Amino acid sequence: MSAEFLQLSLVPILIGTFASVACALLGNFLVLRRQSLIGDAVSHVALPGIVLAFLVTGTIAAWPMLVGAAATAIVAVLLIELIRRVGRVEPGAAMGVVFTALFAAGVLLLEQSDASSVHLDVQHALYGNLESLIWIAAEDWHALFDQTALAELPPQLPRLAVVLIAVVLFLIVAWKELVIGTFDPEFARSIGARPTLASLALVIMVAVGAVAAFDAVGSIIVIAMFICPPATARLMTNRIAPQVAWSVAIAAFSAVAGYVLAGYGPLWIGANSSVSAAGMIATVAGILMGLACLFGPQRYGSSVAARRALR
Amino acid sequence: MDALISALLFSAGYNTALVTLGAALLGASAGAIGAFILLRKRSLVSDAISHGTLPGLAAAFILMVALGGDGRFLPGLLIGAAASSAIGLFFVEWIARRTRLGEDAAIGAVLSVFFGAGVVLMTVIQTLESGRQAGIATFLLGSAAGMLRSEAETIAVAALLAGLAIFVLRRPFTLVCFDPEYAATRGIDVRMTDFAMMGLLLAVTVIGLKVAGLVLIVALTIIPPVAARFWTERPGRMVLIATGLGALAAYFGAALSSIAAGLPTGALIVLCAFALFLVSLVFSPVRGLLATALSRYRFQKMVHERQGLLALARGEPVYDAYTLKVLRGRGFIRRDGVATDAGREAAASVARDEALWSLYRRLHPEEAASMEHSGLLPIAEALPPDVIEDLDRQFKPREVRI
Repeated sequence: MSAEFLQLSLVPILIGTFASVACALLGNFLVLRRQSLIGDAVSHVALPGIVLAFLVTGTIAAWPMLVGAAATAIVAVLLIELIRRVGRVEPGAAMGVVFTALFAAGVLLLEQSDASSVHLDVQHALYGNLESLIWIAAEDWHALFDQTALAELPPQLPRLAVVLIAVVLFLIVAWKELVIGTFDPEFARSIGARPTLASLALVIMVAVGAVAAFDAVGSIIVIAMFICPPATARLMTNRIAPQVAWSVAIAAFSAVAGYVLAGYGPLWIGANSSVSAAGMIATVAGILMGLACLFGPQRYGSSVAARRALR
Repeated sequence: MDALISALLFSAGYNTALVTLGAALLGASAGAIGAFILLRKRSLVSDAISHGTLPGLAAAFILMVALGGDGRFLPGLLIGAAASSAIGLFFVEWIARRTRLGEDAAIGAVLSVFFGAGVVLMTVIQTLESGRQAGIATFLLGSAAGMLRSEAETIAVAALLAGLAIFVLRRPFTLVCFDPEYAATRGIDVRMTDFAMMGLLLAVTVIGLKVAGLVLIVALTIIPPVAARFWTERPGRMVLIATGLGALAAYFGAALSSIAAGLPTGALIVLCAFALFLVSLVFSPVRGLLATALSRYRFQKMVHERQGLLALARGEPVYDAYTLKVLRGRGFIRRDGVATDAGREAAASVARDEALWSLYRRLHPEEAASMEHSGLLPIAEALPPDVIEDLDRQFKPREVRI
């Protein structure tokens, strides 16, 4: 463990892990509610929000962008609901209409503004720049306790730490409502657990998590982590609490293994440069999910379904 | 403005005309196949297909460079794209069928993981030092501006062929979308038809990559069909309207993007499609927002008029301000609230109508309960004439008290 690791790799690994775990925690409920693609939609609509925030404030400061992205996410959710009700189309199609249109608006705004000159472009939005979040001030391990070196930390790290804590607190506070509302909304309503409110809060937390993670790591990891670790965990167990634990472990493992593979993997096979860490993290999560689809103990759900699948 | 008009009229140079025409053909094919996919309730599968093309594009590029060719050779790239998105599509089907996970999780997992793997391969391309990797980045957002003539011709011809295939297969597609079991009894192989539908969706997506880009091509297969849904309840017409709207959106978007540098084609096409969608959402006479609001307003007015007249018939006072306004507006009451001659006549006829309704409810309670708005519409509008004649025969006039 050299100073180079501390300067170049520790912070990206931590940021990747925090982002992955925050998304995976919320993703458990999206997968169980069969709303996985909300994460996909929300991370696409963040783009116009971020560009608008840039156009209004003229800087790429983080908080206006988070506010802008959260605002467009809420507009998108309302529009999806309107189209679904008025048009009487399936939710997937309504979602497809809204997120593609808003993403297109974001692309057009981006190309027409001079935002690309200040390191805001579509590629960045899609696959982030995890590798660039380095901590040059950390010359040795004492930097972990050194005020001046800590002040040089990339701001994404404390921001994602706050978001992760917020997600954990949200799950602790709303656990009962979320679980009952996920499995039996009618029963939840009858005992006053307010499933609609819980769903809305879940979508808002998804937007917050997606936007915070998106800024640091790009939307691929966000979408992959909302879906792959919880889906993998779902194939491992039938109970909600172990499922959440599995998903956290899988998300953290994917982030660390993906980053290491992207940074050092090519060197091992003789190439001389690294590949995209964001892409590799998503790939590792996908491979784990593929393994769970083949061998996960609960991959069929019930023995009846298993017999049907094997017939 | 002149540049836009000449682009719209196909007179801004052969290349621009070819690109605009190719885009319109592509939009038409995408709208048509998208309509069937919407009816089959699988719209977002196209999202997995489009993102699934990236690793194939990048792998084909690497392979062609490794073999000493030009990495940007379009047919080669499209074959790679089709192959990898077919693999992605297979995974979506396999996960949804063989595990407990829903199709939504399968779609999301495949699209993000394939896209991630594609990005990994793109960073490999950057290290190849072939200096030509710029060609592949245009597939992300699409670009009609820098398109070669041969590429535009390839796209136009392929889109036309896909459109013809959809036209030939429209009958089995419609049957399978509506009633797979009935389709099976008619001798249609449902699995093969689904397979053909997905294959054509994949073909249209891959053909459109260069024009609209892989992030936004999915919009061309979703937005026009959803917009068409607002104009008709009939599947055949819906497919036709979606085809037209798709062609129109792609044609306008491609023409708009050709008039200045730096206008992203894919984004403009999608925004044109969304504009057509918004027009449909608000103004469609079938189920647009305006038409719905208007019919609601009419219904409300009719109910107030009817209940007001019933109150007049029974000699009860009317308090509701809106009811009074409606009755005054129709000239049924004077300003002081006393019924006019016309009002008394209308009240008598509504009262007779209501008496017939109550007789109908007593004789046929189940039918009455299952009817929408029973007792609120004039009975002649709600029931067939022979039923009303029958009611008239059993009707005892003393039930009407005026």
